Order: sequence, then structure tokens, then C-alpha cells
Amino acid sequence: MTDARAGRATEPAQEATVTQETGTGVEERTSSPQATPEEPTAVATRSTTTEKPDLEEVQREGLEVESRSVWRVAWSRFLRHKLAMGSLILLLLIFAAGIFAPLLTPYGFAEQDLFNPTQGPTVEARHFFGTDQLGRDYFTRVLFGIRTTVRVALIVALLSTLIGTVIGAIAGYFGGWVDNALMRLTDLILTLPSLAVLLVAAALLGNGIPERVAIILALIFWTQLARIIRGVFLSLREKEYVEAAKALGATDIRIIFRHMLPNAVGPVVVNATLVIATAILVEAVLSFLGFGVQPPTPALGQLIDDGKGQMLQAWWLVVFPGITIVLICLCINFLGDGLRDALDPTQRRTSA
Amino acid sequence: MPEPVLSINDLRVEFATDDGVVRAVDGVTYDIYPGETLGIVGESGSGKSVTVLSVLGLIPEPPGRITGGEAIFKGRDLLKLGKEDLRRVRGKEVAMIFQDPMTSLNPVFKVGDQLAEAITIHDSAVKEAAAKGRAADLLALVGVPNAKERADQYPHEFSGGMRQRAMIAMAIANEPALLIADEPTTALDVTIQAQILEVLKKAQDETEAATILITHDLGLIAEMADRVAVMYAGHIVEVADVQTIFHAPRHPYTLGLMNSLPRLDVDDRWLKPIPGQPPSLINIPAGCPFHPRCEFSQGRDECRGEMPPLEEIESEGHLSACYFKHELKGETSKLSSEPAATAGSAS
Repeated sequence: MTDARAGRATEPAQEATVTQETGTGVEERTSSPQATPEEPTAVATRSTTTEKPDLEEVQREGLEVESRSVWRVAWSRFLRHKLAMGSLILLLLIFAAGIFAPLLTPYGFAEQDLFNPTQGPTVEARHFFGTDQLGRDYFTRVLFGIRTTVRVALIVALLSTLIGTVIGAIAGYFGGWVDNALMRLTDLILTLPSLAVLLVAAALLGNGIPERVAIILALIFWTQLARIIRGVFLSLREKEYVEAAKALGATDIRIIFRHMLPNAVGPVVVNATLVIATAILVEAVLSFLGFGVQPPTPALGQLIDDGKGQMLQAWWLVVFPGITIVLICLCINFLGDGLRDALDPTQRRTSA
Repeated sequence: MPEPVLSINDLRVEFATDDGVVRAVDGVTYDIYPGETLGIVGESGSGKSVTVLSVLGLIPEPPGRITGGEAIFKGRDLLKLGKEDLRRVRGKEVAMIFQDPMTSLNPVFKVGDQLAEAITIHDSAVKEAAAKGRAADLLALVGVPNAKERADQYPHEFSGGMRQRAMIAMAIANEPALLIADEPTTALDVTIQAQILEVLKKAQDETEAATILITHDLGLIAEMADRVAVMYAGHIVEVADVQTIFHAPRHPYTLGLMNSLPRLDVDDRWLKPIPGQPPSLINIPAGCPFHPRCEFSQGRDECRGEMPPLEEIESEGHLSACYFKHELKGETSKLSSEPAATAGSAS
């Protein structure tokens, strides 16, 4: 009896999943926590309703078998996170709008219409976000701005995740002086006033090309992830399966990247997501200060910079790119929350 | 006598801690011969596991440090091998079975893939498909039903006993010359324990590997071991064949251990524990580490002087590290005291 209860207590997520999938039949039983005498029936119902291929085997052996991989459990958990799913859909729409910008708008992003400068948003004239002081369609510019900004952000996320993961993993796995050296390097970069460094780097390397801005940002952004991954690896290192892999004669590289990294995917993915949001914000700041992407290529921060002079007469010049930035960042943060809930089994939601 | 598979000689391992240096293994010597099962018993912290882990280079360094001794395996001293050479020995020629099957399998890989990996790590010529096929065969060998389908499942879909079977399959995947089972049944319940022992025996027969069985379960020793080494506070205190250890031990600690076991056929009112606590390994008592708890020491000076050497007693292969081992001659443990018909046979 005690065993059954203990087993149950450790699998709240599976229990919850089953409840979702099988509907009311099981729900009645699982909802009453004191119903331990009914546990065997609950288990039986569970195995008959969830898995078809394993059904016979389960019955023959009387084993409790949950036939799903870690990823599929996480995915089904993520699907039920309404805020995160909503955010994901909205985010995909915004990104798609950026990617397919040339198809969505008849204007080019640098196409000027000097007879219609600084027009307010209208549907009839097909300037949904109005035009700027050179008569360029602002909707088009925002779409292309999303394109640039998102490209920068994705490169930053990818690069900084790569650097941060490798450095954090090596530091955490080997420990000792390797750890010390790498972490002091990380500390060093963290203590630098990043905005000042970004400005200097942009000034020195020359600014303008989105990729270059992205690389500069990535070289500063990897530190946070490196620290987190180091922590994860420090705890993973003590896991028995790591010791077992060592005893099997696996090389250090194999242990780090094949055995431990997949177990650290949760924090990596969550942080990569959040880095995208930060990168978008910082890129916007840089562009606003004139050190980011250079005109005529539109970027969201640079659009705000362009519009700030006429903000009081032409509100749309600041509001539309501003709202876009806020929407993207909010969605990414919600998405990150959802991913964390889904991927990190120790921080499961308590309320449904 | 044949050549030993592994010959550990005067091995010393220390761990640096904030409170001082812990001498976890303090001059351990034992041989293990082809095909035999050597049981190593002792209470927690007596250095049973550290001995074998340090031989395989699996203790964390620092804080751990091997300060002396040798471990001859196939003519090579494992302690002097480079990291890469030692890695090639691990899993290929010496394999380990760990205590907790629930956590020893990587949760994100299918069991079959983990088994296949054990093979391909040491033989990159083996094709992946072939390795997977062999993985399924191994699972079948250790008694996992529907081995083919099971190989495609994740560890969390296996029960504890099944996982330990998979661990055993993994250990014998490369047909090692030496199998080290570190408390292989401790994490399992009793009925499963019995099955796992069967599997372990089968695995031994299949590979003809010598086995070191580390445990504090004397029942398991009685069932599995041919010879037994008893460890206390980082020392081997007695080595003998299993019959002798159980019935006519010649070290006071072993005797105390056997006498502390309850017997099903004797109506004991009280268990008879060894008095006192195992010593702190930072402050090992001078001389024989067991003397403060020993019934036979009776405050004699010899016990406090030097650590008594591990010496052979009359019968061949029976070693005891006690100055007064001759006084124990004729002493029999509770296990061979004959209550009515169930006469225990001392060899």
C-alpha cells in the first residue's frame, strides 16, 4: 500500500496527463487523493485506456508502463499551457509577416512617395501604418524591420547559446581549474558595462550590417547561459548514469555531449528563448542610439529613432514599431515560461 | 594456483575533506582468480566500493587521491595507466554493475540504444544495426521478455528489476574478464533480488568472468560468493572461503558480524550487535582499528600498537589480521551452533 502511494506521489505529471487523455473515467478516481484502496483499479483503467500496443504486455506482467518519451511528455505539457501556446501562435504570425514581407505589401521598404509624406494610417490609401516623412509606407517598413530585428535576434540566440552551452558544460563537467578559469572569464565579461562595450565595439568595428551587430551582441550574451549550464552540469555530473557511462569507457566528450547535454536541454532552450527577447530589446536600443543597423535597412529600434523627432505630430511613427517590439518580447517571455514549465520537471505547475 | 585476473596490492586511497584527510582505503590487498566470485563485505564506509572505483580511475580527483599500491590486471598496473588507456579497459575488460538501476540508465535514451552504445564505444567497426541487434539479444539473455520491443523503450518504461537486468546486459556486452557488482540488489525488493541473482549467475556463466561482489548483505554473499574478504575501516581484516567465513571465522569482527545475524530456526529474544560505532576514518584508532569494539582485545597493548598484518592461518587461503587469531581457533559462529537437526557444516 505504501509503495503504491509513494509511486503515485512521484508521478503527478503522468497522472495529470492520463486524466487529460482518458477523460472522466479515470478523473473520478484520481481526483480523490485518499482513494488508495482503488489504486489497483485506477492503474488498470490507465493501462487499458492509454496504450494499445503495450496493453497485453502490461496485463501479463502487471507492470505500470508509460510508453512515452521524455520529450513527448514535455510536449503534451506544453500544449496545455494556454498562454504559451497563444504566444507561440502570435509570435509565429509576427515572424511569418516578417519573412513573407515582400508578399504582404506592394511597396518596397525604401520606396518613396514624396507626394504623400507623413500620412496617418488609412485603409483606403493602403497605408495601414501611415507613411513617414519621405512618404515610405510604414507598414512595409515595420514588416522589414521585424525581418531585420528577428534575424539579428535569432543569430544572437544561436551563437550565444552555442558559446554559453559549450563553456558552461566544460566548466561544470571538468570542475577544478578549468571551471575556475572559465568562470572567471565569464565574471569578467559580466562585470563589463555591456552598453558601453557595445557602443565602443560598434564604433570600432563599424556598424550597419545586421550580422555584425548580432555577433557583437552574442559575444556578450553567452555569459548568463554559461553560468546556468555550468550549474546544471555540476548537478548532472553526480548522476549515476554519468558514472555508469564513465564505467562503460565513454570518452569525456561523449559523456558531455551525448549523455549530459540532452538532460540539460530544458534550461538551454528556455534561456535561448529569453535571449531572443533581450537581444531584440538591446538591438532596438543600439539602433535607437544610432549604433545598430544603419538606414535604409529598417530595424524596429531604428524606426523609433527615425520617428522620435515627429512623435507629437505623427504618433504612428513611434507607436507601431514600439508595439511590435513589446508584443514580440512579451510573447517570447510567455513562451519561455511555458517551455520551462514543460521541460523542467522539478518546477511543474501546481495549478492547472 | 592460476594467475589472478586482478591483483590489488597494498592499495591506499585518501580523500581530502575540510575536517582532515580521510583514509578510505588503507593498504588493501586481494587477488581475484578466473571464474570465481569474490564477495567483499563490510559496513558502510569501510572502503569496499572505493577500492574498486579507484582501481578503475572512477573516484573524483581531487578530493580523492591514490597514495600507493598497485593493481595488476593482465600484466599491467591499472593505477599507472594513462587516462585514455584506462578508459579502454573500462567497460571492455572490466565492467561494473551499479547499485541503483533506477538512476543508472540515462532517462533520455532508449534502453537498446544505450546497450548498443556500450558495444560501439569499444568497437567502432560494429555497425549500428548490428549493435542494436546484439543489444536485443543481450536483453533476451538477461530475461527481458519481448526483448526487441523492449529495446525500443525508454528506461522509465522499465521496472526496477528490468532496469537492473538491462544494466547487467550492458556490463556483459563486451564479455569482460572481470565483472564488478557494487551492491547489485540493494535497491531492489526481495523477490526481485532473487531473480537478479539468477541473472547475475547466468551472466557469469555466459562470460566466464571473474566477479567481485560488493555488498553488506551477508545472505547475498552466502548465495553467490566462493571466497569472501571482510573489510573494516579501510582494511581487509579476513579472507577465507565462504564456508569458513560463515562458520569458523578467525577475526573478532567477522565473528561479531556473524553472531549479529538473526537465525530463523533459533528463537533469539535479542539481536546481538557489535558494541560501539564504526570509527571515523579521519581518526582511525591506532593499531587494529577494531580494538575499541573488540571483545577479545580486552585492553591488550598489542592491539593498540601496530596494525596487525593480514597473515595466513593453518588452512591455505585463510587470512586474518588479528594478533590473537589463534585464540579464536575452535570458536564457531552462532551460525554453526547446532540447534537440533540443522547441523551447519564447518569446513
